[in-house]
Order: sequence, then structure tokens, then C-alpha cells
Amino acid sequence: MTTLLEVSGVSVSFDGFKAINNLSFQIGEAEMRAIIGPNGAGKTTFMDIVTGKTRPDEGHVIWGDRSVSLLKMSESQIARVGIGRKFQRPTVFEAQTVRENLAMALKNARGPFDVLFYRKSKSGADRIEALAEEIGLSNQLPRIAGTLSHGQKQWLEIGMLLAQEPRLLLIDEPAAGMTPEEREHTTQILVEAAKTRAVVVVEHDMEFVRRLNCKVTVLHEGAVLAEGSLDHVTQNQTVIDVYLGR
Amino acid sequence: MTEIAQRSFFLRNPSVLVFLALLSVFTLAVTLASEATGFGWMSTSFVKTLGKTLCLCLIAIAMDLVWGYCGILSLGHFAFFGLGGYMIGMWLMYERTKDIVAQSLQNEVLPPTPDELRDAIGTQIFGVVGGSDIPLVWTFADSLFIQLVLVVLVPGLLALVFGWLAFRSRVTGVYLSILTQAMTLALSLYLFQNDSGLRGNNGLSGLQNIPGLTGVSQDVISIWFFWASALALALGYLLAAFMVSGKFGSVIRGIRDDEARVRFLGYNVEAYKLVIFTGTAMISAIAGALYYPQAGIVNPAEIAPIASIYLAVWVAIGGRGRLYGAVIGAAFVSLLSSWFTGGSAPDIPLGTFTIQWTDWWLVVLGLSFVAVTLFAPQGISGVFDKLVRKS
Repeated sequence: MTTLLEVSGVSVSFDGFKAINNLSFQIGEAEMRAIIGPNGAGKTTFMDIVTGKTRPDEGHVIWGDRSVSLLKMSESQIARVGIGRKFQRPTVFEAQTVRENLAMALKNARGPFDVLFYRKSKSGADRIEALAEEIGLSNQLPRIAGTLSHGQKQWLEIGMLLAQEPRLLLIDEPAAGMTPEEREHTTQILVEAAKTRAVVVVEHDMEFVRRLNCKVTVLHEGAVLAEGSLDHVTQNQTVIDVYLGR
Repeated sequence: MTEIAQRSFFLRNPSVLVFLALLSVFTLAVTLASEATGFGWMSTSFVKTLGKTLCLCLIAIAMDLVWGYCGILSLGHFAFFGLGGYMIGMWLMYERTKDIVAQSLQNEVLPPTPDELRDAIGTQIFGVVGGSDIPLVWTFADSLFIQLVLVVLVPGLLALVFGWLAFRSRVTGVYLSILTQAMTLALSLYLFQNDSGLRGNNGLSGLQNIPGLTGVSQDVISIWFFWASALALALGYLLAAFMVSGKFGSVIRGIRDDEARVRFLGYNVEAYKLVIFTGTAMISAIAGALYYPQAGIVNPAEIAPIASIYLAVWVAIGGRGRLYGAVIGAAFVSLLSSWFTGGSAPDIPLGTFTIQWTDWWLVVLGLSFVAVTLFAPQGISGVFDKLVRKS
């Protein structure tokens, strides 16, 4: 399996606090990975670095077959090379319809003038239908996104990520605030997505991580503490210490 | 193919058709009521007021695009409006002065040399600021074509450079608004200087006299400008409706509501903002170039920061995020304003104290702005929408 994203020796500090400390992390194509860790372990900062929101003080972030550095790219360029990100809080465009939200995310030319003269196409419409089917919002397309339930918004956002056709999906706490049935559906969407691309899920909820049934990376104080199956890492004494607070 | 696309555009945006129909009816009514082409029920100065109002509606649409749709509260768009007026004003003033000077010199014994002619024009135009040389910025003032190009080019370039610097540094929200105020203030202070080459606080005047049309009376010229303003407003409305109706509109509304999310979808947010900011600056400039020949004079006071704030107030009162809201706001508030400040509104005597509307109008405007913000955030058109939906 080839490496899709390689983070090596990355450190970043905010006002003297080392949020990420010499972190190294790799993920291959079509892999699901869960990142767990206590509060302040650097999970969100890690995503910020990969997506270009935060610049690290040192280290490398290498992407894709041609091993390009992501550190010199803007957020929008990183998104265009194929990294999609879902925020913790559902962030969809609440004033617009589900269809408009998905249409905006569809993989198409992104320049202002390309978009200005963009014509709706049959294939685009079909793609939106297929995505809506996948995230279970088929009959909600004309609805204003702001009126969706919390869980539906989360799915819409995942649908928007899928519409971008990314090679790597970064997902921050997808199951937060969901009912058990909604969690089940979310698991299905993610497992399905991971068949064709890399998916990194940051999650607190161990039960949800267990259902994803994938390799787990434990972060602590900005570095990798342990890596392996969920059973393997939960038996690790240092991991237990960290979670129980010693 | 184009026809199908166009039909579907109007089908998807029935309000555009309604607007164009109303504008046509209005134009026809004014034409019939004017002194030049109709029954003379309407004074020429009122035709000019209405023509100017149409120009204000056009810049309000630009403001709605940049603020209501894209979320950039620019408090500097009147600077572009004024600059557009200056660019066309230079040609109007230069050519007219040239005609007058040539006429007065033609009775001399020796015909004037080009240098003498140039000196006489310079003295005529710049005598008020104590100069007689024609400044460098007037180089192309004798060419209508070049000055028309400059109408969009100069404000467009200013907006492009300003926007590029501001957006690239991720200046947003109230900080950007303050920057745009600073820009318009700096421009107005610069133009107030006598050596700015644009006649300082005198500004450019006599713009209602169109060179080469000395035989045509003002009532005819006023209706021509009215028609031109109506056409510009119609085209501007169509362009704006085209921009906001499709996916581009979706993206700029996304930028307004959640800029970071749009960025993570792979859109270069700064490029979009720059396109909107520069494009609307150009629309504003065209509106200004049509407005000032009807007003007759453009001076640096027009570019004062308060003018751009009024523009924001019109759009807020009319209802932002709706194109017709901007038009309603600009037309309603500016006409009301000229009624109150023009001395037509009767003063209200309250014993020892008299409410004089010329002074009190601003208080009323300020209070209604506060009221709209608090009680009807969608403005007049929001109330209108609610009524339509209920019935």
C-alpha cells in the first residue's frame, strides 16, 4: 500500500505551549484510521496543519504519489489536491438548500469566472442525486439546510466532502450529539467511503471507534503515544494511565 | 441554445421580469410627463432628480452585491461613484471650455496657435485654483472615448489594488469597513487640495452642458440622460441577477455566511472577493458617470465618508440580499431625503420650538435605520415578502 500522506517531525507551539511535539504520522490509500486522545492532545491542531490552517514551526507534510509539500499551499489549494475536512460543529451553508450545498462542493473548476459561466449539467444533477442517496437525504434536496436536524446536517457535510471527490477525508468528531440510530448510519457512510479513499476520524467515543473497526492512533501531548488495533492500544499501560489521569 | 438558456434564466427569476416591466412602465410614464417628449406635467429639474435616483439605484445594486450577497461591508463605494463622475466630468468640462475659448478667440486679428488655445483653456479651467497649466491627469481630456474607458478603468484599478492588499491580508468584518472608510476619506482629502489637478474644492462644474449639443435644450438632454440611466439600471439589474442566481451566487453567499468553509471546499475566497469588489466598483463608477452630468457638478464633498455610509443605510432599509430591496431602499430614501432637505416639507411649529425638516431629517433617517435594524432586519422588502407569502 502506498503512502498518501506523510507527516514527519512536525512541531508547533502557541505562546510557548507545544501543541504538537515532533509528531509523525502516515496514512495509505483507501485506509480508515481513528485518532483518539485526551483533550489537548493536539488532534484538532493536527488537522489544522494538514489542511493549511496552521503553519508548523518545523517538520514536513508530504502528499501524494509525487510527494509534494503541503506546507507551501493555501487552504483552498490543499482542498483542491484532494483533502476534504469536516469540522466538529456541523458547518453547512444554512441559508441555502441541500442541493445548492452539494452543488457547490461538486468537483468542478473553482475559479470565479469558471463558476460564473458554469452551466448546470445532467451529470452534475445525477451526481447530486447519487450523493443524496448515499447520505440518506434523497427526499430533502430542496430543503433549506438550516432546517435540517443536527444529524442530517452532519451527513450533509459528509456528503459535501464526498462531492469534492477527495483522496483523504479528515473528520472531526462525527458522532458528537447523535442518537444511536444516527451513529449507525454515520458509521456506514464512513466505512463505505473508506473503501475508495483514506479516511481519518478524530473521535472521543470509544464505542463509535470500535464500530469503525480500524487501526487506531493515540495522541498525547502532541505526539503519537501508541498505534495499532483498538484492543491493542487499550491494553497499553501508558494509554490507560493517560486516559485515567494516573 | 442561448435562447433556451435565456428563457430558463427568466423562468427561474420571475422577479427580474417584474422589475424590468415596472422600470419600462416608469420610464414611459416619465417620458410622457416630461416637457421635452410629453405633455409637460413634470418639470425638467424633477426629470433630472428621477434620472439621478435611477443612478443611485444602480450603485445600491452594486452595494447589495458586495455587502448583501458577499458580506463585505464596504463603506467606500461612493468613492468609485465620484471617481466615475470626475472621469466623465473632465471631458465635459475640457471640451466645453475649448468651444467657448475658440469662440471668443475667433475674432482676433491673428488666429490663435494651438499653444495659445491650450493656455486659454488652462486659465479658464484652473484660474479658480490659481493655475493656468493643464495638469498631467487631463492628458486625455479631449478624447471622449478614452475618458469613457477611464470611467471604469480608474475606479476598477483602485478597487483591484485596494482589494488585493486588504483581502490578501485576510482583513474582514469591521476592520475592512474602517479601511474602506479610510480610503474614501483619503481620496476626498486629496481631491480637496488645489494642486490635485482636479480644481480642489471647486470640483468640476457646468457638467450639464454637453459639448457639441449647445443647440439642444436642457429639457431634451435631461430626458436623454434619464433614458440612459434607466437602460444602465436595467442592464445592471440583469447582470446582478445573472451573477447571484447561479452557482456563483451560491458561492458568494457561502463566503458571506462561512468564509472558512468555502475555503476548505477548495475555492479561492480572496479571488472571489476581489472579483466582486472590483466589479461592483466599476458598476458604481458607471452610475456616477451618468449621475454627475445630471447633477451638473462633482466635488470632493461627494466622496466624503458619509456618502458611502448613506449607501449602506439605503440598502439596509430596502433589504439586503435582495436586488429589488436595494432599488426600493435607494429610491425611497433618496427621494424622501431630497423632499425633506429641499424645503418642500412643511415645518412643524411647537410653540417656542420649530421642527425644521432640513435639520431634523437626518435624525429621522438615523432613527429609522435603528428601527429597521432592530425590528425588520430584512428591511422594507422583507416586510413586503412576508405580505406576499401570507396572501
